[in-house]
Amino acid sequence: MSDAAHYNFAYLDEQTKRMIRRALLKAVAIPGYQVPFASREMPMPYGWGTGGVQVTASVLGPDDILKVIDQGADDTTNAVSIRKFFERTAGIATTTHTRDATVIQTRHRIPEAPLKEGQILVYQVPIPEPLRFLEPRETETRRQHALEDYGLMHVKLYEDIARHGHIATTYAYPVKVDDRYIMDPSPTPKFDNPKMDMCPALQLFGAGREKRIYALPPYTKVVSLDFEDHPFERTKFDRGCELCGAEGIYLDEVVTDDRGGCMYVCSDTDYCEGRRAAPHAAAPPIREARR
Amino acid sequence: MALSAAQRGFDDAVRESQRTFRLVLDAMAHAGRILRSDATLAPPPPLLSTSASIILALADFETAIWLDEPAADCPAVADFLRFHTGARLVRACRDADFAIIAAPARMPPLASFAQGTPEYPDRSTTLIVQVEALAGVGWQFRGPGIQDSAHFSATPMPLDFPQQLLENRARFPRGVDLVFATSTEIAALPRSARITAGPACTSR
Repeated sequence: MSDAAHYNFAYLDEQTKRMIRRALLKAVAIPGYQVPFASREMPMPYGWGTGGVQVTASVLGPDDILKVIDQGADDTTNAVSIRKFFERTAGIATTTHTRDATVIQTRHRIPEAPLKEGQILVYQVPIPEPLRFLEPRETETRRQHALEDYGLMHVKLYEDIARHGHIATTYAYPVKVDDRYIMDPSPTPKFDNPKMDMCPALQLFGAGREKRIYALPPYTKVVSLDFEDHPFERTKFDRGCELCGAEGIYLDEVVTDDRGGCMYVCSDTDYCEGRRAAPHAAAPPIREARR
Repeated sequence: MALSAAQRGFDDAVRESQRTFRLVLDAMAHAGRILRSDATLAPPPPLLSTSASIILALADFETAIWLDEPAADCPAVADFLRFHTGARLVRACRDADFAIIAAPARMPPLASFAQGTPEYPDRSTTLIVQVEALAGVGWQFRGPGIQDSAHFSATPMPLDFPQQLLENRARFPRGVDLVFATSTEIAALPRSARITAGPACTSR
């Protein structure tokens, strides 16, 4: 308690938490709509997950078990420092196991293990407005959302097809929420988009610099935008993880030397470790043998 | 003025606010699901401990509260809310961030509360409705937070309440969100909930 005693529980003062909690309740009631909130300065720079941290700090209780991932990994700088931040300021338990966590803060990935009812997934969001690169004016994008005027986004996806022959957007792939709002799923790879649809867990999104909070309640219809003749396609990998052999999961490219060598491994470190620790796990397959 | 026992707020504001908020968040995220509350406040009647803890957890000097007639008629309620939250009490329900309804059968129509604007639908009233009973039967709902369909009803409510819910959903994304409270349970109907079937509700 010696460290925590210097701060309010989970760092934020109670008035800030109330303000964020009110925004969260509106966000849940209007799925996919971006609720403005009075984002605070946090003891970390914008871009390091200040929005996610504020949302996590506002939902966290003493009995919660927190997991933090950065691109799927529990052991990278951003994940380690945010986990330590809450260990010190809230004195709560943390874990790297997806199934044990009650609150999971994430940057850019959804865990491979299916999420359960009762879990809360908190996304760190850099740019919450899916239309921002098409229309820089906030007044205009607000109106577009109000009028459900999303033609511009379809033109953008169409231009992808005209230029590349397919929809070339691979991350931050726009989704339509419950047949109403178009939402930026944060820069998660489009591979993860189908996991958002009818997910049993509550998904909360916090954008600190842009001062927006939005949410997906459990069991909400989330559809990746596409065209009848160019349907949404999940990213496919032509290989498996070189450590655990898993297939059909999202892979990271890891550079292994300075001569162009690399290997492909699970982006989700907990999933990979779990498979390798399990007694039935096969020996790591060799890449040449796979393809 | 000495504070009587009836006017005590949270013993541990940090913990109890968090626990109350998570309960409301859980309710709002699962439309129509009835959740048990362990609220122990002893607010002045007609406030219930459940609804009092919700308002203490969420209201402060930035919010405006509207009280319906039975709640407004009791000066102790206004004193309690002002002392513990610092919130403004407003006379017009369309100006309210939170509304406390102690006599739901006679409550104003949902359309008379703040609905938000098309650009900012979040600028709307959240209604805290004190009822006698919640049940997992009756009206049927679909929508976000509901896996397939959910049955839920609250009594007493106005006779045309299902019709009002239909209209509330038709205004989406504008509209109001409702949190129902009995003395031991809470449940919520966010504006996203679609009422799909069910009997006209009974009023007393």
